[in-house]
Amino acid sequence: MSFLDYAPAPESQALLNLRADYGLFIDGQFVAGRGEPFQSINPATEKQIAMIAHADAADVDAAVSAARRAYDKTWSKLSGSDRGKYLFRIARLVQERARELAVAETLDNGKPIKESRDVDVPLVAAWFFYYAGWADKLDHAGVGPTPSARGVAAQVIPWNFPLLMLAWKIAPALAAGNTVVLKPAETTSLTALLFAEILQQADLPAGVVNIVTGGRDTGKALVGHPGVNLVAFTGSTGAGRAIARSVAGTDKKVILELGGKAANIVFDDAPIDQAIEGIVNGIFFNQGHVCCAGSRLLVQESIHDDVIERLKARLSTLRLGDPMDKNTDIGAINSAEQLARIRELTDIGEQEGAERWSPDCVLPETGFWFKPTIFTNVSTSHRIARDEVFGPVLSVLTFRTPAEAVAKANNTPYGLSAGIWTEKGSRMLAVADKLRAGVIWANTFNRFDPASPFGGYKESGYGREGGRHGLAAYLKPAAGRAAARTVTAAPAASVAPAVASPAEKTPVSRKKAAK
Amino acid sequence: MTRLAVPKTYKLYLGGKFPRSESGRVYEIRSHDGEFLANAAKASRKDARDAVVAARSALGGWAGATAYNRGQVLYRIAELLEGRRAQFVAEIVQSEGVTPAAASAQVDESIDRWVWYAGWADKYLQVAGNANPVSGPYFNLSVPEPTGVVAIIAPQTGGSLLGLVSAIAPALVPGNTVVVVANEAMPLSAISLGEVLATSDVPGGVVNILTGSPAEMAPWLASHADVNALDLVGAGDLDWIHLEIDAAETLTRVLQPENGPDAASPSLARILAFTETKTIWHTKGLI
Repeated sequence: MSFLDYAPAPESQALLNLRADYGLFIDGQFVAGRGEPFQSINPATEKQIAMIAHADAADVDAAVSAARRAYDKTWSKLSGSDRGKYLFRIARLVQERARELAVAETLDNGKPIKESRDVDVPLVAAWFFYYAGWADKLDHAGVGPTPSARGVAAQVIPWNFPLLMLAWKIAPALAAGNTVVLKPAETTSLTALLFAEILQQADLPAGVVNIVTGGRDTGKALVGHPGVNLVAFTGSTGAGRAIARSVAGTDKKVILELGGKAANIVFDDAPIDQAIEGIVNGIFFNQGHVCCAGSRLLVQESIHDDVIERLKARLSTLRLGDPMDKNTDIGAINSAEQLARIRELTDIGEQEGAERWSPDCVLPETGFWFKPTIFTNVSTSHRIARDEVFGPVLSVLTFRTPAEAVAKANNTPYGLSAGIWTEKGSRMLAVADKLRAGVIWANTFNRFDPASPFGGYKESGYGREGGRHGLAAYLKPAAGRAAARTVTAAPAASVAPAVASPAEKTPVSRKKAAK
Repeated sequence: MTRLAVPKTYKLYLGGKFPRSESGRVYEIRSHDGEFLANAAKASRKDARDAVVAARSALGGWAGATAYNRGQVLYRIAELLEGRRAQFVAEIVQSEGVTPAAASAQVDESIDRWVWYAGWADKYLQVAGNANPVSGPYFNLSVPEPTGVVAIIAPQTGGSLLGLVSAIAPALVPGNTVVVVANEAMPLSAISLGEVLATSDVPGGVVNILTGSPAEMAPWLASHADVNALDLVGAGDLDWIHLEIDAAETLTRVLQPENGPDAASPSLARILAFTETKTIWHTKGLI
């Protein structure tokens, strides 16, 4: 028995009172779905947790109608301070039921209990608390005086931080005065349904938040529903692209938080012990199922060997296994599908010539597991340096000069996040300026806070969540504000009358399909 | 005996130079009452792509210039436009068929719009950025940065100069570079504006002006992977939904068409539409 072998310390599941079946949460009630119910399983054991209702297009329509009614009749008529009070209530209820939510999250998602308990759920409460206070201060959100809500928000969230992503979406939407139809990810519906119970305890007016569980068809029906005014999506760039296409030509406001391939840049003057912890946290936090994960390590050549040696030593101390165990560092991969994707990309990494390394560790026999993995000798053209793996897989590249580090870091269609490790303040600021990414962590990584805007450049999407910016996305500026003139002389309108638009649209050249 | 006038050859404004279209094509521009005015260059998709290359090359310098410097350059445009008022008034009277008074008002408004936007260059960041009170030992700031290369279909109705200025000025304020397709029927003041830009300390490639058919060029700009934002303000009469669909391929930011006299009216929102918010967490803990 080595010093790493601890006795099991599983968190108790006794405080969970799960039902065998969960319905959809529409208009304040749990109702049966019209689609075929599906299993939600524990990815660590592959055992069924509960059966989840599957919303079809008619269910989605009912949910959107409920949200619209609630918007027209109740929510838009409430004062900001009353909306805020509901959000404060929700924040408190989440805190009260924090342990239960953490256990449910770990059960359903496979993430270590120490993460759901110490990161996810506390941030959920913080998110509602932060936006609660905004609800009666919308004039200061940065979109001008007396902004209005957009209406019904359609929100589709991923499986990597199920309850936290729900909070990122619902809290600002409600604070701004919108009503919501939210679709959780197919493999992680559970905590959203427990959250629906919290909404009942908070006595939130019926229809203000509706939760429709289901598959991709459910999400598609929701996003494409003509009755929604705003679409907020977190997930893959491929799915985000499809959403951007599907809402083209409509006046739906869109917020997209998509994929990433973040560079974590370590200069030779970095605080090395902290950097090692930051690298580990950057890519192995939440099994690497993080869109802003530091999946590309860029190390200055002179310290490459030292960093890799320390990294391997540190990884050898990580404990992989039962997510419910309080000592577990690395939990289960969320689904068989995701595990297959990680295996495929890592196999390609080897085939393309990168060197693969994982610590010795025994994988449990049931469930979905993947050893923390490092690839060295990775070149910028390798798939593992370009594609988002969304797993505990780190690709290590090197650089000699800061300019090379910046060029390599920016050499990706993504632009969500990046990390910089250096003790030299002027270098840190200069590099942070040059990185084309929406969130930069300097001498830290994977920090999240409700006060801090989060979101990407380029193909990592658009719009921000968190902070004042995250609130503004859910608000519509007061009409007519943009009509300010720069001079008081004759308005341009009288200069040259606008030609009335012809009914026929000029077709644009479609020949370029051959690109 | 009256003096024989020397007419101007209207070409494209691309990368700081005034080339003809690589395609060799031109199209006739006639005055409001049908009189021949000029053969404008009819830019091709290759010209559009060359313009994107020029805009990309110019981005680092323009985005990297100090806000004070960008503000002065934008103000300089207003100065030079003021100096050439008579020329612009004459061109607008000829091509739009409006009264000299109305043309003067349009030029005045265009000049003042440059002045208004110039003043924003070193202020928009203070208004749109902020410090964030995160729960931990971090100095956390959110600041807007330019989105990158912005392709614009200029307003095709209303004043030809004012529409163009209203569309390009806000994109330039935060440091974006621009490829703009001018008013198809009335492109003369756009090319003359290029001459103003060329002598206003605006670095070559920061603004690239194409004349010709928006319907022909817009799809290539919309689907171009090196175009970061697409302003369809003047694309209302095109099949613009397909342009927005094409732009989705690389998650290009899209502004939808605006119609009516308030199209592209001056606003801070128009500047911020072409920015990205960067949030930086600086650790305070490592003393």
